Amino acid sequence: MVEVIQLLINGILLGSILALGAVGATMIFGVLRFAHFAHGDFMAVGAYFALSVVTVFNLPVLAALPVAMAATAGLAVAIDQLVYRRIRRVQPVILLISSFATALVLRSLIQMIWGSSNQVYQTGIQLPWRIGPFTLKPDHLLIFLAATGLVVTVHLFLTRTRLGKAMRAMSDNMNLALITGIPADRVIMATWAIGGALAAAAGVFLGMDTRLHPVMGWTLLLPIFAATILGGIGRPYGRSSAGWSSAVPWSSRH
Amino acid sequence: MSLLDAQGLYAGYGGVDILRNTHLRLGADEIVVIVGPNGAGKSTAMKAVFGLVPIREGRVHYQGEDITNRPPERMVTRGIAYVPQEANVFPSLSVLENLELGAYALRGDHRPRLEKVFEIFPRLKERRNQQAGVMSGGERQMVAMGRALMVEPRLLMLDEPTAGLSPRLIDETFERIREVNQLGIGVLMVEQNARQALAIADRGYVLATGENRYEDTGPALLANPEVAEMFLGG
Repeated sequence: MVEVIQLLINGILLGSILALGAVGATMIFGVLRFAHFAHGDFMAVGAYFALSVVTVFNLPVLAALPVAMAATAGLAVAIDQLVYRRIRRVQPVILLISSFATALVLRSLIQMIWGSSNQVYQTGIQLPWRIGPFTLKPDHLLIFLAATGLVVTVHLFLTRTRLGKAMRAMSDNMNLALITGIPADRVIMATWAIGGALAAAAGVFLGMDTRLHPVMGWTLLLPIFAATILGGIGRPYGRSSAGWSSAVPWSSRH
Repeated sequence: MSLLDAQGLYAGYGGVDILRNTHLRLGADEIVVIVGPNGAGKSTAMKAVFGLVPIREGRVHYQGEDITNRPPERMVTRGIAYVPQEANVFPSLSVLENLELGAYALRGDHRPRLEKVFEIFPRLKERRNQQAGVMSGGERQMVAMGRALMVEPRLLMLDEPTAGLSPRLIDETFERIREVNQLGIGVLMVEQNARQALAIADRGYVLATGENRYEDTGPALLANPEVAEMFLGG
């Protein structure tokens, strides 16, 4: 019983990381109608961006988080403009394949720039809190709270702002959005920016929890899409709970 | 000067012309109905005017300005609103959100516009927090028309606004369309319920295989025996 609850705690942590990836992937699917295979590698790139900030400016990793999110958002928008925008009018399967290629390119770039060996944000041992028979690392609580905060922020963005509502409208009915005069290009850019930023946050949290390596995001792609599909692909809600429910069995494998 | 003037339109999909030398004209306060058999190009004509189907030849003028092949968002900001026949609401969004998005292309406070739409469709005010996708066909049609009215259009284009509605709702929809028209909004619509539509229309066009066959005032078309026999089902 104790083990089950401990696994649940670990699962909730990994789940909040998956949820961040899944929310971004599902928003991209909703607006652009294709499964973005490079999403895991966006996570890795974000994690490495944070690593550079941490090592160059000697900052704590949480201070590097916003920088990494902004940089990855910019990268996501740039990749869309350079690659996906040109082939948006063709079949979605072409977009899917090209996102696979993007994933490979990003992973190779990471190896070229940061090397292929494992790296960490911070050396040393963090002593876990002991609560009865259970252990909880302070970082884990931090990750859970930050991830929850980000998911709530995205929820408020989607339900309260003009741009967020336009995003949901596009994901609902692309043709009608066009007829209504919603500027598709601007909404698509915002979608990539948010998807990239959330992926970066997921990557940084993953790096905090374990370590950084070039395939860290790629290996998480499958559970991210599992969460995306479980939560209802293309629908922004139910995603976080789906992230958690698919992460609990996943974490028990480790 | 007419509000809308489309001359000699040739338009279609993938190089095949569905419209062949189609003409349409609409005065500022008119209700104009396009009727005709299935496949006559009625919906295509609407889409071509609104910039959704490319026009290969011919010109569309709106308030004297050439708007041929302009993208839909430019049409909206100029005061043209279009309601497609199907999938004309955002199903997972609330009624209020559907209406708000209608005014997306416009600047400024949209609350006065919202109040106006609620005046025409009081039912939408009652149900403003309801998800549009779970509403009945008649209510969805109200949401769709309300959304279009949020841009304060001078020209409202409706593609089969009564399709799939019960007889009672059909009457009500035509009544609403008349009310909207009385606010000084020109209405161009395609209708299968041709008799009823022509009865409230100022003028009508009969289209067949993409060409203008007849054009006259609503009552005159209804009284025309040829039109009645060939296109209105006797």
